[in-house]
Amino acid sequence: MAKINMLQAINDALTIAMETDDKAVIFGEDVGHFGGVFRATSGLQDKFGRDRCFNTPLTEQGIAGFANGLASNGMTAIAEIQFADYIFPAFDQIVNESAKFRYRSGNEFNVGGITYRTPYGGGIAGGHYHSQSPEAYFTQTPGLKVVVPRNAYQAKGLLLASIRDKNPVVFFEPKRLYRASVGEVPDEAYEIELGKAEVVQEGTDITVLAWGAQMEIVDEAAKMAAKKGISCEVIDLRTLAPWDVDTVAASVKKTGRLVINHEAPLTGGFAGEIAATIQQECFLYLESPISRVCGLDTPYPLIHEKEYMPDALKTFEAIKASMKY
Amino acid sequence: MSNATSNTETVHRVSFLDKDSLSIPILKILQADGTTFENAVLPVIDQDLAAKIYDTCVFTRVLDERMLAAQRQGRISFYMTCTGEEAAVVGSVAALDQDDVILAQYREHAAIRYRGFTTEQFMNQMFSNEKDLGKGRQMPIHYGCEALNYQTISSPLATQIPQATGVGYSLKMQGKRNVAICYFGEGAASEGDFHAGLNMAAVLNSPVIFFCRNNGYAISTPTNEQFAGNGIASRGVGYGMHTIRVDGNDMLAVMAATQQARAYALEHNKPVLIEAMTYRLGAHSSSDDPSGYRSKDEEAKWQQHDPVKRFKLWLINKGWLAESDDAAMYEKYREEVLAAVKVAEKLPAPGIDEIIEDVLDEPTPRLKQQLTELKQHIKKYPDSYPRSAGRD
Repeated sequence: MAKINMLQAINDALTIAMETDDKAVIFGEDVGHFGGVFRATSGLQDKFGRDRCFNTPLTEQGIAGFANGLASNGMTAIAEIQFADYIFPAFDQIVNESAKFRYRSGNEFNVGGITYRTPYGGGIAGGHYHSQSPEAYFTQTPGLKVVVPRNAYQAKGLLLASIRDKNPVVFFEPKRLYRASVGEVPDEAYEIELGKAEVVQEGTDITVLAWGAQMEIVDEAAKMAAKKGISCEVIDLRTLAPWDVDTVAASVKKTGRLVINHEAPLTGGFAGEIAATIQQECFLYLESPISRVCGLDTPYPLIHEKEYMPDALKTFEAIKASMKY
Repeated sequence: MSNATSNTETVHRVSFLDKDSLSIPILKILQADGTTFENAVLPVIDQDLAAKIYDTCVFTRVLDERMLAAQRQGRISFYMTCTGEEAAVVGSVAALDQDDVILAQYREHAAIRYRGFTTEQFMNQMFSNEKDLGKGRQMPIHYGCEALNYQTISSPLATQIPQATGVGYSLKMQGKRNVAICYFGEGAASEGDFHAGLNMAAVLNSPVIFFCRNNGYAISTPTNEQFAGNGIASRGVGYGMHTIRVDGNDMLAVMAATQQARAYALEHNKPVLIEAMTYRLGAHSSSDDPSGYRSKDEEAKWQQHDPVKRFKLWLINKGWLAESDDAAMYEKYREEVLAAVKVAEKLPAPGIDEIIEDVLDEPTPRLKQQLTELKQHIKKYPDSYPRSAGRD
């Protein structure tokens, strides 16, 4: 087992997907010879040829529309949107087309073979057009799966599972971890089941929930809390749609408290959905209100990125406030 | 660095190009009286094929007439006719192979009929009954059928255009000797998806025929408020693809152009754009009244270019059709459609369980729970949900 970074793990998953499925095609802006702006697709064009790994013109709506057409006719489409901030021109093709193809046709046609890979999130001094976390827009759309890995190991297993899943998946990659997250990743193929959360650390006093890049943040906050004698159960949601209500509810029934952390703005964010559901499932077990530590309701700022971020310190404060409630 | 242009001519004083710089002729084969132009090169067509084409036209005319009336009677919620554009649709589909994939807009039901969609299947879709292939999920006229390679219609405009590029590419990758054909109106060509789809097809070498029905109006907006350039054809040239403009009311011209477009697309793995100049004789939809935005004189002028009548005259000239047979065909389809309406409207709606099917490949636990709660609610108030109450 080698120690590799998240980009290498993604490249590994893509290589396996292409080797094991001759109908798999990878495309997007600069993904061909150049290997993508982050180099996630490095070497794939050399290995699999220009017909199976290629550049498209600069058109996100075209990329998503093309993916719909490919997948509707039996191909496995792996499309890269260069930044999640630029997924909005493709929004109609994803939420009105990819998501509804199967439903609207009564399963005469489906585009289950699509995976949209896209780097998301802040922490790279990218300002508001290279830092957004638009996952909630997609979780509101029936017919899509939404997946976010937190490290290299997950990136490989979740991406391979997403590509092989029979439904269109929007796969958000935490770009600030692309090179920063290094870990042991098996050489061989493996999949991590979609729709299942992972209890990363067991605890008894409070449940702390996040996904993707924010898992590093909540881990740090949990360590700070441990020094104050607070035992955190830390959960990585991994798949946002459909999300694992059972695992989260079981944890909150045990701890009686829940803090949810995400980078996207508070209002309308996915934490709201989790809070509402857990409030209903666990009402009689709750010892304090469910707390959300999120981005502000502003576009993502450049110079005040550190202040804006739902960081470990803010999460630690929310954990303490919940314990004292 | 590459910067490919096809010529290197230079000038040394300012000289602009305008829309008339590109002269685009219109292919015409069939004249108004049913004879062909001198020296015209006909498409490949024999008596059986001609009969099938005409049969499809007659059925479509009857379907449109009867279903528009059914909508006026409140029996279905919505309808759109193909009236005036039959040659564009049938002439093109008749030039294709049955395994070529059709991605239509919404006004091309003649094409799915040509492929074999039965009168009963039309009705099941329009009445959203339990036999509808689409399981009662979309408005009337949103047909689709996997067995006929006719992708299910999507209401948002132009979304099928980049999808057709993907379908064409997939056919090429799978080594099939087939093309995708994508229908759209000149209004849809204003959407970003049009640009995205054509540009990608040209750059990525996708065998797809982009078929524009330039029918004069996008709901109420005439073409001169839709585009300022030289129609849609000039854009095909701009994207670097083979392009042709045809008389869209001329069955033989449409067929000839599409036959050759298909052959070219297959041979070279490249897209082709066809702009068919036609006219929407009917309203945009059953919710529209064209008298508010166009004159009776204009409509009367276009009635004289009726594509079905023109083709019929050609058939009669050839001795392939008699006037008496024609009347009998109309009568046969009127009876068939009315009988099918009566059957389809009495069939029950799809079962309520199907409401959660096909969202994902399998319903999630949450979705199953939502269905359970919904069914309990329906059971409690059966009178308020007559379509679903009392059924499993």
